[in-house]
Amino acid sequence: MPSSNALLHADKLTCIREDRILFEALSCQFNQGDIVQIAGPNGAGKTSLLRILAGLSQPFEGEVHFQNQPLHKNVELYNQNLTYIGHLAGIKGEMTAQENLAFYLAMQGLPPHAAEQTLENVNLLGFEDALASHLSAGQHRRIALARLWQCQKPIWILDEPFTAIDKQGVKNLENLFVEHAKQGGCVILTTHQDLAIDAQLVKTIELEYQLV
Amino acid sequence: MMSINIPSYRQAFMLMLKRDLTIALRHKDDIFNPLLFFIIVVTLFPLGIGPEASTLSRIAPGIIWVAALLATLLSLDRLFKADFADGSLEQMMLIPQPLFIIVLAKIIAHWLITGLPLIFIAPVLAVLLHLNENSYGALMITLLIGTPVLSFIGAIGVALTVGIKKGGVLLSLIVLPLYIPVLIFATSAIDTAAMNLPYSGQVAIIGALFFTSFTLAPFAVSAALKVSTN
Repeated sequence: MPSSNALLHADKLTCIREDRILFEALSCQFNQGDIVQIAGPNGAGKTSLLRILAGLSQPFEGEVHFQNQPLHKNVELYNQNLTYIGHLAGIKGEMTAQENLAFYLAMQGLPPHAAEQTLENVNLLGFEDALASHLSAGQHRRIALARLWQCQKPIWILDEPFTAIDKQGVKNLENLFVEHAKQGGCVILTTHQDLAIDAQLVKTIELEYQLV
Repeated sequence: MMSINIPSYRQAFMLMLKRDLTIALRHKDDIFNPLLFFIIVVTLFPLGIGPEASTLSRIAPGIIWVAALLATLLSLDRLFKADFADGSLEQMMLIPQPLFIIVLAKIIAHWLITGLPLIFIAPVLAVLLHLNENSYGALMITLLIGTPVLSFIGAIGVALTVGIKKGGVLLSLIVLPLYIPVLIFATSAIDTAAMNLPYSGQVAIIGALFFTSFTLAPFAVSAALKVSTN
């Protein structure tokens, strides 16, 4: 039974893709203050697990609970408390860096003028009026991640957040994750890099590549 | 739990509408492709059939409506494909507001970009086809309430096929049969108007189609998107 401070818990999840069982009867729990790294080789089902936790995919069996209620019963409340950034950045090339960020901030109820200051946090000052189609993959990801600096939502689910981000950027993100966890948030992420975060703070869920 | 000041349904709708219109205005292909297709198809008919006024005015309603229908079909792909490909669609599905509000905003933006320009250009092209002068009112009314129906029904088809790599053929097969009632009643209304008879019956049916698709399509699209992105 999950303890009372569990934000999110997964109950006996089974995921099947292309007739292959990715994971079976997986139960895990995410509490306030947790930084959880989902580890495993390519094709082990890391992204599938994150998508199920975010409510984007349905598991073959099992259920995800948010505040001890099944996810499908309180989707709107869950989405108010969730930030998910997938491995696609969700950045429109036709809009400028600032417009892209301002849109996502506005959808969270934050004022659009916060965008300019937030771009400074991800080292994109000077690019705010550049169309995103003129920026690099790493800069796209920075725009997508920039909203985390303004984010008041407790649950962060991040799929490969460090892809295409430079060393200094990774360091800044790691500091942000620790800060967020200290304030009672919860970060769930996948990455192939070793986290330079104090090992006591990080929990790891290891997914294995299951041979049929 | 933390209470967050989330935007109201109306604010979310306006944000989405503004975003889609901004993107379309910067990506001018979205506007000009269907419009140019519409103009080219309609102008080719007098060239192919010959300039005889009586033949042209007989087939004018059908040509204009079929061209409008195909122009809409051509533009449908843009509705969700680009957002699906760059990950924006995932983000939209996780917005705290119900998905149908976002979907409604996107469909209305699509109509403003592709349907509305057709309505402005249609009377000019009708002159080229010697459309009966009594029929102009009917042409405008049927286009005004008929083209949104095309966008709403088309959105369901796109939402169902968005996850498929080459869904173009499938999309036509799903959507075109559903467009036929609009085509039949719209051309019938224009023909009836040419004979100086009341055409309110046909318009009422298109109106019913409009309100049905306006109220129900966003829910169908939301459900289809959830399946497609699963």
